[in-house]
Amino acid sequence: MDLTYSPKERAFQAEVRAFLAEALPPDIAAKVAARRELGKAEMDRWHAILNAKGWLAGPWPKAFGGQGWGPVESHIFEEECCRANAPRIVPFGLKMLAPVLMTYGTPAQQAEYLPRILDGRDWWCQGYSEPGAGSDLASLKTRAVRDGDHYVVNGQKTWTTLGQHANRIFCLVRTRTDGKPQEGISFLLVDLDTPGIEMRPIRLIEGGYEVNEVFFTDVRVPVTNLVGQENEGWTIAKFLLGHERTNIAGVGFSLQALEQVKALACRVTRGGKPLIRNPLFAARLAAVEAELEAMRITNLRMLDRAARGGRLTTEPSMLKIKGTVIRQAINDLARRALGPAAAPFPSEDLEANLQIAPEGHARNAASYFNNRKISIYGGSNEIQRNILAKGLNS
Amino acid sequence: MDFSISDDRRMLTDTLRRYLFEQYPVDHRTRVAYAAPFHDPAQWAALAGLGLFHALAPEDRGGIGGTGFDVAVVFEELGRALCPEPVLGQLMAIRLTLAAGGDLEPLLTGETRAAVALDEAEAGWDLDALTTRAADGRLTGRKTVVYGGAGADRLLVAAAGPGLWDVAAGDAEVAGYGMIDGGPAAEVFLDATPASCLIPEARAALEEARDWAALALSAEALGAMEAAFAMLTDYLATRKQFGQPIGTFQALQHRAVDLAIEIEQARSIVILAASAMDTPERAKRVSQAKHLVGRIARQVAEEVIQMHGGIAMTWEYPVSHYAKRLVMIDHQMGDSDWHLERLMGMLEAG
Ligand SMILES: Cc1cc2nc3c(=O)[nH]c(=O)nc-3n(C[C@H](O)[C@H](O)[C@H](O)COP(=O)(O)OP(=O)(O)OC[C@H]3O[C@@H](n4cnc5c(N)ncnc54)[C@H](O)[C@@H]3O)c2cc1C
Repeated sequence: MDLTYSPKERAFQAEVRAFLAEALPPDIAAKVAARRELGKAEMDRWHAILNAKGWLAGPWPKAFGGQGWGPVESHIFEEECCRANAPRIVPFGLKMLAPVLMTYGTPAQQAEYLPRILDGRDWWCQGYSEPGAGSDLASLKTRAVRDGDHYVVNGQKTWTTLGQHANRIFCLVRTRTDGKPQEGISFLLVDLDTPGIEMRPIRLIEGGYEVNEVFFTDVRVPVTNLVGQENEGWTIAKFLLGHERTNIAGVGFSLQALEQVKALACRVTRGGKPLIRNPLFAARLAAVEAELEAMRITNLRMLDRAARGGRLTTEPSMLKIKGTVIRQAINDLARRALGPAAAPFPSEDLEANLQIAPEGHARNAASYFNNRKISIYGGSNEIQRNILAKGLNS
Repeated sequence: MDFSISDDRRMLTDTLRRYLFEQYPVDHRTRVAYAAPFHDPAQWAALAGLGLFHALAPEDRGGIGGTGFDVAVVFEELGRALCPEPVLGQLMAIRLTLAAGGDLEPLLTGETRAAVALDEAEAGWDLDALTTRAADGRLTGRKTVVYGGAGADRLLVAAAGPGLWDVAAGDAEVAGYGMIDGGPAAEVFLDATPASCLIPEARAALEEARDWAALALSAEALGAMEAAFAMLTDYLATRKQFGQPIGTFQALQHRAVDLAIEIEQARSIVILAASAMDTPERAKRVSQAKHLVGRIARQVAEEVIQMHGGIAMTWEYPVSHYAKRLVMIDHQMGDSDWHLERLMGMLEAG
């Protein structure tokens, strides 16, 4: 057994690291490290830098302008990005819609949309969830009724992440009301400038703005915007769920977050000693590190299997559960480590003028609260357990 | 044995609960708690008028209560309503003024609003590590995250020693801000600031006041967790997915039941601590309460969010604000680990 990367993979890792050291703008990295919200301009800037290098869509096949990275290379790239405090690549166009178009889209759709995803002309958001359809996504009600060359869309989507920056949304819509709910769903591309669409912000628990509600009133969408066949949307949604799951554990995020907590615990004091020497806190830190190391290896075992062409069944659900719980535990420690200084409502003004928490840590409580989302979205941890339980019985 | 609440206290609880329910509904709370002055001064005056602060002080000193149970029931109701009024500072000021033999009246009427400045950036919750210095009746140093500090009239400041000093808020540089879970706080900058010494050797008084505050916070968490749990059970019964209420899924039922068990534990330890406030067991019982409640409050907050799903992640839905308060209470007056260490130190003493 060999737990290390191959020489070729190590060379790639070194190449990524060197590139990031040179190309990642320090102002952006500093914001990511301090967990501050990035603006659209900053995300676009980073995407453009990656695109110029050809690494924005590394996992895409070469034919579509990618590098054809396998699971291990993709993983190395993500891990290094986290280590360097690079922003997360906004996934909706690049990692969600693109694979769908490559598999189910017409050549015309591929030719029209894929280049626009790469160069940033299009910013996509994901319109799946509805107020009444969360875990039970198949119960979605947003209707698309055929009217000549158009679908007329009525209904509401919600939780639309970064919709405020988007110009397009890919939606699951209901095109048939009889039969099984799963069999009446279609996958539709919608231009957000179409009349009848209204987007409203949802403010999150810690005060941030990253999700939206989207209302559709008699929105006319050309039938050419249908992806795949009518009523084939559920198959596409399931395809997407099975795709790009190699980073589902978020190991890179957790490793980076753990390093930050360790550094913080060396810096802050309790009872006149560095917090890292406090036995209770140190025990928590050491315990979560052991968990994280185990998960890192689980993740690599899964990557190796995927790279050898093996089919992943239960692993993504296991990694989603364990990965989110570990990340949340690290966020919890980052908040605790601050003691009294965790309490202020963070603002740039406060950070600049009063510096209550050590630099870069003023948002630790806010990100602890915000990251409660990771065990809810993308299929809640309860839903993942249901999937695993079914696997046990079959 | 009798675990029933006395009639007087029942009246106080009922009055306060009804008042807060009607006059301080959670949407009003959310409006005032996150924008300067981070509470509602009119409500502060109204609560004083209800006799809230009198309930925190003993009868022989002009109050109408002042026992552990009085403090616990008041704060339980404040927690249930998620009330952001800075009552905690007033309670501590009352205890410290009692210890100093001073005049309670302005505190009891609410005419004077006081905040107690204990923590410093390097010292955390450790009274031995304070660096604020006193010389010639003047204080120099920086006190951090002073709860209720913004807008307070008087600051009771713990300086190295520790000693306790009284500072008129206008003499210090007070930089106010709001907290992530709502309510006012401040950084207090003292630079040869005139101060009068209240208690030169103040360790015992400060520890006692902090124990009262820890009891109050534990009771506040108890009220808040009961309210959050009630919202959860309502939601489990009404939210439908897969054609049925989500509360019919056993995976959620068992966890909701676990929370109910933990909340009973929290209630019991708060009762135990409240009963011990005027006994030699005070420190031990308070630390047991604050330790246990700190852990349970976080569990309740995290589970209540998770079992609601996305809706509990929103500012709009009150559960999110309860969850924040439940977690952040652990950052006041020693967290669950701090109190656990204190308990560990008492083990051999019995
Ligand atoms: C910050 C954030 C960003 C998001 N971004 C997007 C986005 O960009 N696009 C998008 O389409 N969606 C997005 N979502 C929506 C997300 O996918 C849903 O929140 C998620 O599917 C859960 O649905 P729900 O919130 O309606 O909870 P519900 O489905 O109502 O679930 C409530 C609770 O019941 C549990 N539960 C439900 N069914 C079962 C069962 N059968 N057995 C046991 N337990 C069960 C759940 O696990 C949860 O604990 C986002 C959500 C959040 C919070």
